[in-house]
Amino acid sequence: MKNKDSEIIICRCEDITREQILECISEGYETIDEIKCVTRAGMGPCQGRTCRSLIAAELSGAYKVPMEDVVMTTFRPPSVPVSLGTLADAYDNG
Amino acid sequence: MKKSYDIVIIGGGIVGCSVAFELAKRRRTDVLVIEQAYLTSGATGRCGAGIRQQWGSVINATLAFESTGIFENLEEYTGYKGNCGLNQGGYLILAYTEKEWGQFHKNLKVQHSVGIDSYAVEVDGINEIVPHLNTEGLYGATFCAKDGHADPFHCTYAYAGGAQRMGVDIETYTTVTGFVVKNGRIQTVRTNKGDVQANIVINCTGGHAAIMAAMVGDELPIYPERHQILITEPVAHIMNPMVMTFHRHFYVQQTPHGSVIMGIGDQAEPVSLNICSSWQFLEHCSYLITQTLPVFRNLRVVRQWAGLYDMSPDRYPIINHAKEAEGFITIAGLSGHGFMVAPRLANLLANHLTEQQDSLDINLFSAERYSRGELLLEPSVV
Repeated sequence: MKNKDSEIIICRCEDITREQILECISEGYETIDEIKCVTRAGMGPCQGRTCRSLIAAELSGAYKVPMEDVVMTTFRPPSVPVSLGTLADAYDNG
Repeated sequence: MKKSYDIVIIGGGIVGCSVAFELAKRRRTDVLVIEQAYLTSGATGRCGAGIRQQWGSVINATLAFESTGIFENLEEYTGYKGNCGLNQGGYLILAYTEKEWGQFHKNLKVQHSVGIDSYAVEVDGINEIVPHLNTEGLYGATFCAKDGHADPFHCTYAYAGGAQRMGVDIETYTTVTGFVVKNGRIQTVRTNKGDVQANIVINCTGGHAAIMAAMVGDELPIYPERHQILITEPVAHIMNPMVMTFHRHFYVQQTPHGSVIMGIGDQAEPVSLNICSSWQFLEHCSYLITQTLPVFRNLRVVRQWAGLYDMSPDRYPIINHAKEAEGFITIAGLSGHGFMVAPRLANLLANHLTEQQDSLDINLFSAERYSRGELLLEPSVV
């Protein structure tokens, strides 16, 4: 049996479903960045490692463009979460 | 995109979209907004989105106070079905020197004259507002419970959607490449998607505003300056207000979502269009914040980014008619607090263009003040 879009999680960090992503696309949002801004998909601890390509696939299907032509988001540092204490000590130690 | 519009607005951030909305509301609906990437992709989407009314001058306090009133009802005002994320947790502004503490008392008088409900907090009262704050070295603080934070994306989309429903066109992923000025009047906006005729062009391009204005011959003293921000993983709520200090140059707030957002003002930042983030910021910011709020030491940073302040020499907005090209207006130089004053400035500019009265004099913001040597002064900027 096929899962409902409202039960398919695209962004696991922020609990964003496929239904929400499709709703953004139907409202005219065209890029992963825009969908990130309105839904928070990709803003959680993993920084979009899973949802980025899943959203790209949805955009590719909806706008009929090849996956490689979907505009990627900027990959922002740090690549893994780092505690403020660790960073502060690094500053303190020069 | 048609070939001709009454008004062309360049820049799809909070300024461009709020101006478009206010014009449309005044029945100037033959308007096009041109945005280089997507709405909020510039400074608006990168900003801290704080809303502070605790200013040290009547003009800034008035702009922020009246803008806050608009933010408080923005969804209803614009007909937006989303949530603009306004969270009025207050701003706690820390005084680390005697001079600062004296200045803050003067600022409170200014704020009270405008109708802002702010007050002084003695050192032993600070932990009642922010329990985990290290009060060492503090003289006191001021607090305004109606200050806060909103979602810069949703606020901009609210204005943009409202404008579109009244007939405004928005053209994203479109780059302005030049202008045609004929007989001292703006005539055409050149873009990578073709030429557009316009009676009026409004330049709302933030850090790029001086470059844009120079294309029609208007030399403006607006310059871009990189500012950086970081955000942590979301955790349970322990802090409602924005905590801010001018002396240590930082601001930090826990968002309604639970993540903690923070930034610092780097005094050595050179003028540039650089929007790359740096590891130096990451370490410096972490150090400054954890000195004042040690409770955050175990909180993990998930993301950092940078954006541009559009600085003006006196840190006040510039709303300027280009002498060289009649009909070309720049609204920029908002100096890092554009988001929080944009709603009121949009009203001011729209009233001006539709020849309606306004309680503020738009000429105050003309760039001519620099050649006359009549700078506006604001004592409280990060």
